[in-house]
Amino acid sequence: MTITQTKIASPAADERVAKRNPLQKLLGRPEVGALVGAIVLFVFFALVSPTFTQPNALATILYGSSTIGIMAVGVSLLMIGGEFDLSTGVAVISSALTASMFSWYFSTNVWVGVLLALLVSLGIGFINGWILMKTKLPSFIVTLATFLMLTGLNLGLTRLIGGSVSSPSISNMDGFDTARGVFASAVNIAGIEVKITVFIWIALVAVATWVLMRTRVGNWIFAVGGDENAARAVGVPVKATKIGLFMGVGFCGWVLGMHNLFAFDTVQSGEGVGNEFLYIIAAVIGGCLLTGGYGSAIGGAIGAFIFGMANKGIVYAQWNPDWFKFFLGLMLLLATIVNLIVKRRAELK
Amino acid sequence: MNAHEIDQQTLLQNERDPLTHTPVHLLSLEGVGKHYGNIIALSDVTMAVDNGRVTCVLGDNGAGKSTLIKIIAGLHQHDAGVLNIMGEERKFSSPRDALDAGIATVYQDLAVVPLMPIWRNFFLGSELTSGFGPFKSMDVEKMKAITLKELAEMGIDLRDVEQPIGQLSGGERQCVAIARAVYFGAKVLILDEPTAALGVKQSGVVLRYILQARDRGLGVIFITHNPHHAFPVGDRFLLLKRGKSIGYYDKKDITLDELTAQMAGGAELAELAHELEQLGGHSDVVKAVQAEVADVTHSTETPKETGPRHA
Repeated sequence: MTITQTKIASPAADERVAKRNPLQKLLGRPEVGALVGAIVLFVFFALVSPTFTQPNALATILYGSSTIGIMAVGVSLLMIGGEFDLSTGVAVISSALTASMFSWYFSTNVWVGVLLALLVSLGIGFINGWILMKTKLPSFIVTLATFLMLTGLNLGLTRLIGGSVSSPSISNMDGFDTARGVFASAVNIAGIEVKITVFIWIALVAVATWVLMRTRVGNWIFAVGGDENAARAVGVPVKATKIGLFMGVGFCGWVLGMHNLFAFDTVQSGEGVGNEFLYIIAAVIGGCLLTGGYGSAIGGAIGAFIFGMANKGIVYAQWNPDWFKFFLGLMLLLATIVNLIVKRRAELK
Repeated sequence: MNAHEIDQQTLLQNERDPLTHTPVHLLSLEGVGKHYGNIIALSDVTMAVDNGRVTCVLGDNGAGKSTLIKIIAGLHQHDAGVLNIMGEERKFSSPRDALDAGIATVYQDLAVVPLMPIWRNFFLGSELTSGFGPFKSMDVEKMKAITLKELAEMGIDLRDVEQPIGQLSGGERQCVAIARAVYFGAKVLILDEPTAALGVKQSGVVLRYILQARDRGLGVIFITHNPHHAFPVGDRFLLLKRGKSIGYYDKKDITLDELTAQMAGGAELAELAHELEQLGGHSDVVKAVQAEVADVTHSTETPKETGPRHA
């Protein structure tokens, strides 16, 4: 059997490929726009405000970034998988309320509540994904409904069980101190207190990046977001992948919910509304396409870091924080335009 | 299983008469039918696929070609007749099911994810992994090397398998899809109108890949509405019209002209020429159609010893 080698890839085509030198390869990465933005922003605030680059200030910025970033990990993966979730903001609070109300009402060790909260968070993610796959409705509608229902449940159940708009304090209950140690402690590095959420955040980003770039599941996530039908046709388990992504978001929500609970020991049942957009913004600024199939976990992390820098930087620069939202909107617009150009170039023949 | 491992000696065991049913075919349909509600999409279709043979399915739009391949590919289930794989009756419940039975389909819309790199597309759904348990990871370097090698063997020489597959031309993407099916040990390769959206040159390239897949021992089902593409590569031809089989021929029993005539229907073509003339169509066009009609009537008038043979 002889196979005739032909010149489909002409020398010209090879040259075109060869032109993609390391620099261009780097520019092709989804998070590169965000990275440039982050560097520019960092230099800018460092020049404007001397306190910005102090180690303590950096630790504070990282902490602020991590509370967005932990969620942005799950939300980024979900967005690469072609869906998004509007219920994340209140789902975080639902998780925290579950842990605190359950262990308070039944007077159990708080760890029982923590584990129950994990089940509830994963369950919310599962239900979101399952309804989505069953009904084939857009994720916007499904998760908007979940968002509204959870908002109502948070307020209603908290008042019904605890008789108040906030959960009762659980700081003197069994297991509180160990749980605080895990979810809301600080690590002393060379005299600077760095919150543990920063390390959890970094670990989650590392795991998510490994999953995306180096595992089968990562390949499936890109595929279900890029072209669901094509993925199904070559045998990718589309349903399981998407439901799994929603459950991943649920897991991130649980981590952040537990942090909120053990950092403050009570939870306001009306909180969390609007936060879902911050996570989505972080993912989008980080280069995840809203339409799916493209992005990275590191991008989401950089998006969250930009958010943290802008949020705290404005304070350190002693500006009026009123400008923050305007600034955030501008960043979002610029990031989306950059992403659009990237996608068009990638799809170009 | 890798297609290379298919024993070359066994490929031609059905050489004597591929249209008879002994010994078993790689894949065969007998009286297969499908209806959607009260609409009969396909009825009484009989065909066979063998190792190292190309079975062409020809038909105009709406002839039932898509329904036929969807049944074989596991996207739909037939509700009449029998689908045999290696002599064993099967009914596929999902595309995965069909894939596991060695049936790979290259769809018209290609089933590739444009934004993903070529190597990720190549191994999508069948990724190579190493490691244990939760630490199982993809063997990226090996996958890239295999992609490069397999594509080179198909005649596409790429330096960078990291570029998004969307950047390749239509013909090259077809090639990737075919190479993928060949590599993953497909025994039956279904090609759904692979040349429909391509120019003349690109079509030729794809036709050559079909022959390469055939030479590697695959049974190929080539769906097309173009007899000029089907005839040079096909070993047997199934003609569909309005959901029914209107003929099933071995290559030695039919000529290109006859195939074209059967496809288009000589009378219909003559009517079209007449209509164009009446409408005052451009004389060149009318002449061309008339010439075609003359061609067709000539070939259909020639006495045929072998009529349509239904296996």
